[in-house]
Order: sequence, then C-alpha cells, then structure tokens
Amino acid sequence: MNTPVSPGPLVRRHTRITRITHWTWAICLFFLLLTGLQIFNAHPVLYWGDQSGFDFDNTVFWIGSEDGRGFIQLFDVRLSGLGIFGASDGSLRAFPHWATIPSSTDLATGRVIHFFFAWIFVVTLLAWFVGAVVAGRLRRDLLMRRTHWVRLGADLVAHVRFRFRHGTRYGPLQRLSYGLVLFVLFPLMVLTGLAMSPGANAAAPWLPEMLGGRQSARTLHFGAAAALSGFFVVHVVMVVLAGPLNEMRAMVTGYYRADAGEKGDV
Amino acid sequence: MSDDLLTRRALLRVAMTGASVSVLAGCKVLDGLSAPDHRLRRFMERANDLTMAMQRGLLDRDALAQEFQPADIRQPQRPNGVTNPQDDAYLALKSNAFADYRLQVGGMVHQPLSLSLAQLQAMPVRRQITRHDCVEGWSCIAEWAGVPLAHVLGLAGVRSGARYVLFHCFDTIERSLSGAIRYYETIDLVDARHPQTILAWGMNGAALPVPNGAPIRVRIERQLGYKMAKYIRAIELIDDFSTIGRGRGGYWEDRGYDWYAGI
Repeated sequence: MNTPVSPGPLVRRHTRITRITHWTWAICLFFLLLTGLQIFNAHPVLYWGDQSGFDFDNTVFWIGSEDGRGFIQLFDVRLSGLGIFGASDGSLRAFPHWATIPSSTDLATGRVIHFFFAWIFVVTLLAWFVGAVVAGRLRRDLLMRRTHWVRLGADLVAHVRFRFRHGTRYGPLQRLSYGLVLFVLFPLMVLTGLAMSPGANAAAPWLPEMLGGRQSARTLHFGAAAALSGFFVVHVVMVVLAGPLNEMRAMVTGYYRADAGEKGDV
Repeated sequence: MSDDLLTRRALLRVAMTGASVSVLAGCKVLDGLSAPDHRLRRFMERANDLTMAMQRGLLDRDALAQEFQPADIRQPQRPNGVTNPQDDAYLALKSNAFADYRLQVGGMVHQPLSLSLAQLQAMPVRRQITRHDCVEGWSCIAEWAGVPLAHVLGLAGVRSGARYVLFHCFDTIERSLSGAIRYYETIDLVDARHPQTILAWGMNGAALPVPNGAPIRVRIERQLGYKMAKYIRAIELIDDFSTIGRGRGGYWEDRGYDWYAGI
C-alpha cells in the first residue's frame, strides 16, 4: 500500500521553463474557467451546428429552470433540483455566484478578464511549444514509447491502488495524461475559442467549418473546459496522495525526492 | 496502514476545503478589482486593442465573413435589445410605413445627404446570407439586403480627418435621471467601407421587420451583434467619440463591453 520509506536521491526534475509555464497556466486556467462560466451564463444553452436552434432543436446541453427549480440537461436526460445548476441561493442563474468571476451577472467584465488571460495563455503556450521542441524535451519527457504503452496498464492499476513510483522521469500514465492536456486539450481550447470569433472566421472560415460550425465550436470549447476541470481535480488528488510537499517542492524549486534505487542524474 | 490512510484523507479534506474557500473568497475579492474604473480593469481591457491589432494585421482588409446557402435559413432572425421602439418620432414614421423617413448623413462630409427609404432601395443592392453572432453566445442565420455603406459614404464624400462612422438611433434603450438614452454605435472606416457592411432595408426576402431594426439597420459581419445598430436615424462622420455618451463609442461599450467586437 505504502510507498518506499527509504529516501532516494534528490533529483532535478522540472526545468525553470516547465515550472514557470506550469504556474502561469494554472493561474490563467483559474481565471479562464470562472470567467468562462460567467460568459456561459449569458446564454446557458449549447447547440450543434452553425446556429442556435430557436425554431428547431439542435440543443446538446442546457442549464435552465422551471417553476423556480433549476435543472441541467444533456440531450434528453434532465436532472432537476440539485441546488447548484439553474437555481442557487434564491436566484435563477446557470452556474452559481461562487463559480463565476465576477460573482454577479456581468458578461462585459467576464469577457474582459477572459480575453486578457486567453492572450497570456496562448502566448505562453506558443513559447513553450517552440522551446520544448527546440530543446528536444518533448521526446524525452512526454513521448509515449513502446515500452510506455506496454507498462501503461500496470501503471494505471498502481495509481488506482495509490501506489506511486517516484521516478526521475514521468511514468506512462503521466506522459499520456500530460500529453493529452498539452497536445489535445490546450490546442482544442484555443482553436474552438478562435472559431467563435467573427473576425477570425473571416480570416479562416475553414476553422469553424472543420469543427462543425460556430455553435459546435462553442459546445466543444465547453466540453474541453469540462475535461480540463476533470484533469485538474485528478491532478490535485494525485499530488496530494503522492506526497504533496515533495511534489510542490519539485514544481516550485525543481528538486524532487525520487525513490531509492532511482538514478540521480537527469 | 490505517493511520496512513487517515492522514491521506485528512490531507485531502484540508486541500479540498482550502481550494474551495480560496475560490469563494477569490471571486468576491476580484469583484472590486474588476470594477469599471479600476486601473486593473482598464489594463485588462487593453487586451482588446491587441486582439484588434492582431485581427486587422492578419485579416485582409476586405476578407469576407462566411456566407451561407438559402437552405441554412431555418428560422426567423432572433431579435435582441429594443424590439418595438415607443419613441414618438419613430411611431409617427412607422404609422406611415416609413414613407416620410429620411436618413440624415452628415458630420465630416463634403455633401450632407437626406435619403428616403425609396432612394436607399434604388441604390446598388447587396444580398448576403450571414450568421449573426450575439455577444451572449447564440448565432442565427438570415439573408440581408441593403446598400453598401461605402456607396453612401462615396456620395457624401468623406472629408479627410474623419475616422469613425457614428450611428444615431431612434430607440430609447434606457431612461436615466438626465433623460432618455438612445442607442448609438461607432465603427471605424475600415469596417464602414468593408464590402459586406450594408445599410439593410430587407431581411429574408421581405422588408426589414420592426423587431430587427426597420426601416434601416447596419450589418457589420465581422463583429458581434451589438455593433450592428438598428432603427438608424442618422449617420455622422466624426474624428473622435470621447465626448459622446460616456465616451467609449457605443451604448454597450459605455457599459463595459469592448469597442472592437471581432471576438
């Protein structure tokens, strides 16, 4: 059940670039998510296609209220009266006050903060991509080699059993999940975001088309945000379970206490 | 082993509680920092200048917004904002099917104009099936017919030094202590002269309905809906909008929305 007690070598695990981008993205995603929920609240319905079906039905997801009771609906499945979605603290709003920035209904301010952090996020992401590719870090740290795929199942089982290996490099599950976030979810957030911009649409009409239309892009943007939120929860739980002080030290100072038997060099 | 589990649970609980408390507190704290006149808010608003510079830099000046097929018109155009103005001047014109309507074109022009609806309809027509994107998040596809604004500006002759087109509207959108606040909007000359920027008098094969801005509204297809003023009374060429309204270039801009609405 427990991780080895004998302390291994202190290894340099995260470069300065990794640590800076990690915390920059953490701050950006905090603001982007909570202002995103504010923006969603202005029209809490998601559709599939180019336009929103008012006289026809292309609704995918909907947070609303009926007779003062809030509900959340995915396709035809509706959950009512949860007290969080659609109606909370005596007011009818899709996401509650505590989940939005600003806390009151304020689409204008939500958009101002959203786009401010979106710019920081995009610029940091581009800089990181270029830097990581140039330094060959992606191949070393994130690439899933044959051996990682082979060990993936065992690694997954070990994680479910809260049995963590503290290696000098990322394990298969870490490579796969960080790779999905960095190369699938992050780019998807940026592309679906741009696909909602009428200005960007004129420059690149193929972008909303590729994503199934502007309203589909909005739906995917929300879905990717939900996936990132899910990743965040699991990520934090894993950090807490794997040894929060060691993990935090690694992401702040770069130094990480590996298991005994792990090589000290990086 | 059980001790170990308990510790983990406790840690988890502390972490979760800490995270949720900071989120709760964070949102309230941020409300003050993002208030309209706070320096931080004004700083963050400058991201909109960056967005505009980037879009204008990457976009061909005349790059067209996506146009759709007749089959994509699947519903009436959803109206928003004021949908039935009650202003006396407007009601008088409406009662006569806008026969007495005159669009005033003035300000920094060589030749001020006063154009009837019939005169506007006799000008070159552009028809376009486009997607209207509301800042709230929804989209709706409709066909619009009207005269390119560039044509009208050409007739009036824009004087050098003019930088913006100001749309004065008939509709009162808000009543304040100092009187009725009427809708207004401004765009720059790049958008004003864009081929898809039209003074629309028709929608989906019929006259422009009252809820959608009769008799004349503007279409600015590369920006969001709030830029596309309805119930247009007059067009004025200006070089500065800082003395109009609260000085931010439009009714919604005065209430915190970005002047450039291409995103």
